[in-house]
Amino acid sequence: MITIIFYILATVTLGTAILTVLSKHPVHSAVYMIVCFFSIAGHFLMLNALFLSVVHIIVYTGAVMILLLFTLMLMNLNEDHAPKKKVASRIAAVISTCLTAFVLLAVLLKSNTVIDTYRAENIDFASVKVIGQVLLNEYLVPFEFASILLIASMVGAVLVSKREKKA
Amino acid sequence: MDYIFLLEKLILIVIVFTVTLVFAMYETWAERKVAGFIQDRYGPNRAGIFGLLQPVCDGAKLFSKEEFMPASSNKILFALGPSVAMIVSLLGSAVIPWAKEFVVFGYHFVPQVADVNVALLYVVAVLSTGVYGIVLGGWASGNKYSLIGSIRAGAQMISYEIAMGLALIALVMMTGSLSLREITEQQSGMAWNVFVQPLTFLIFLVCSFAECNRTPFDLAECESELVNGHHTEFSSMKMAFYMFSEYVSMFFSSALISVLFFGGYNYPGMDWVSENWGVNIANLLAVGSILAKTTFFVFFYMWIRWTIPRFRYDQLMRLGWKMLFPLALINIFIVGVVILIMKN
Amino acid sequence: MSIKNISLSGKKVEASRKKMSFLESIYFIAILKGMMITIRHFFKKKITVQYPEQKREFSPVYRGQHVLMRDQEGRERCTACGLCALACPAEAITMTAAERKKGEEHLYREEKYAAVYEINMLRCIFCGLCEDACPKEAIFLTKSQEMVKVGMDRESFIYGKDKLVVN
Repeated sequence: MITIIFYILATVTLGTAILTVLSKHPVHSAVYMIVCFFSIAGHFLMLNALFLSVVHIIVYTGAVMILLLFTLMLMNLNEDHAPKKKVASRIAAVISTCLTAFVLLAVLLKSNTVIDTYRAENIDFASVKVIGQVLLNEYLVPFEFASILLIASMVGAVLVSKREKKA
Repeated sequence: MDYIFLLEKLILIVIVFTVTLVFAMYETWAERKVAGFIQDRYGPNRAGIFGLLQPVCDGAKLFSKEEFMPASSNKILFALGPSVAMIVSLLGSAVIPWAKEFVVFGYHFVPQVADVNVALLYVVAVLSTGVYGIVLGGWASGNKYSLIGSIRAGAQMISYEIAMGLALIALVMMTGSLSLREITEQQSGMAWNVFVQPLTFLIFLVCSFAECNRTPFDLAECESELVNGHHTEFSSMKMAFYMFSEYVSMFFSSALISVLFFGGYNYPGMDWVSENWGVNIANLLAVGSILAKTTFFVFFYMWIRWTIPRFRYDQLMRLGWKMLFPLALINIFIVGVVILIMKN
Repeated sequence: MSIKNISLSGKKVEASRKKMSFLESIYFIAILKGMMITIRHFFKKKITVQYPEQKREFSPVYRGQHVLMRDQEGRERCTACGLCALACPAEAITMTAAERKKGEEHLYREEKYAAVYEINMLRCIFCGLCEDACPKEAIFLTKSQEMVKVGMDRESFIYGKDKLVVN
């Protein structure tokens, strides 16, 4: 039962991810991406990570994709507007994607799972309380770094969007 | 055992769906009645006694209308828009606790579809995806007015979600739980959250108006500028789905307000009733209590609609970002300080 | 004093550009006041007239459909002078005059009478000027509350003597 659901979800995730890349129209891409994000939230649910799946929906589908759709609609891009890329830049893009995928795969394979230790401690690792404690005790520094990164990007965005004063 | 559990949940889902839809149906009637009464008129009173059959007539009319599809529209997304709007607004009521445990012949039955421990986050997630129906439908219509309407809806939704989330954080800091059942249990008796956190309630109320796209925040369908905004091009049941999803989400957010701030299914003297008259009667009264609170807030929505004119777009953004957002932050700060003092 | 500053109706109010106090600027009290007003109207007596069951009382100067009067002996008063047609602002009245023959004295009061007298009910505005213009007190607008009947062609709205003359 669970495996069947997993295969269906996986097909949806991969299929919509590929369609996101392949479809010519930017808004269609965005819609496929939304479906893809929803199915990823489904994967989190299957791993019993309620909090992660809900937060994934709030942040990615609820906020990020809405903003993306918003800008796409404002720009009103068509299929003709798709810029022609040079062959060299295409090759560079493929190589860099492959490298990123390689790094991610390597990290995934090399990493040792912590889940067994949590299981041994017999704590409900999916609950919000435990996640909060783990985030703010063990991973406080990366957590704060992430917030500093966000602040920096926000300040940058304000700076870019601000009109320069006439001298 | 598993099958009995599934059957129980299935029956409960059907009941909640029916109640929600019937409630939404009569909201359309009540909207017109309230509008009439506030404007010294009677409202619909011809179809049935007090016009109670009016929603049936409206439904029959909408079903028999022509299904119009604009030539420049994107067919799939055009059909997807109203369906998404409807599905998402119906999803919310899954986590609302309607009463305590019923005990029928030794069988325990909890009238809540899903008691998840992240219910509040689930609610925020559902609300944040609610705008997709409007955005997709408006874009797929291939109409400038619809596009402007959906862009406005998107911007408004994102702006007010922030203040709403921050208001909820202030509430959660006090309750210490994200489960709606636990939040309700904490408010038993008359210890309603609204007495403790009136500012949070006010921020949440304003934001929920914005999330439901109700006046004074109905810029997405602003009739005087944008014809009918995102549902200009829709006809027949597609249009009815948009209208209906608005009323369903009104029902849901009213129920949510009563759960979060007005004690949910609690009513004064609930313990006394369950001791003297039995648990089940107390629970039936509890269902009545939450529905009564919900009805009051639905009325409140309509009351506001026929009182306050629509915001201008810049006023809307100023209220969201320059007033509610800092206010919610200050609120969090105050609540934090108060909690610290109380602990020591 | 220029003409711009004179209020002819005496109701001119200058819009005040006074800066609002803090309480006013959050509009909270103003909103509550507005809600009190609407809720008061909610419980007020409704002014709707439930039409088929209730009928609105007509004004004492109500003007309904026209009639052409007869005198005490049952003779038509109208002499086809054409003053009503002249007075009619909507040009709804037309008539053809004819001379009274011997033996018709019991039908028409004067030597001249209207052989054809037609009012176009689509044009008539029920102003009553014909009534005022008539020197023989022949045409009157009644208090009858009967409306002009619905029809499918324009001819059915042109009322001839058969419909206008009192029996």
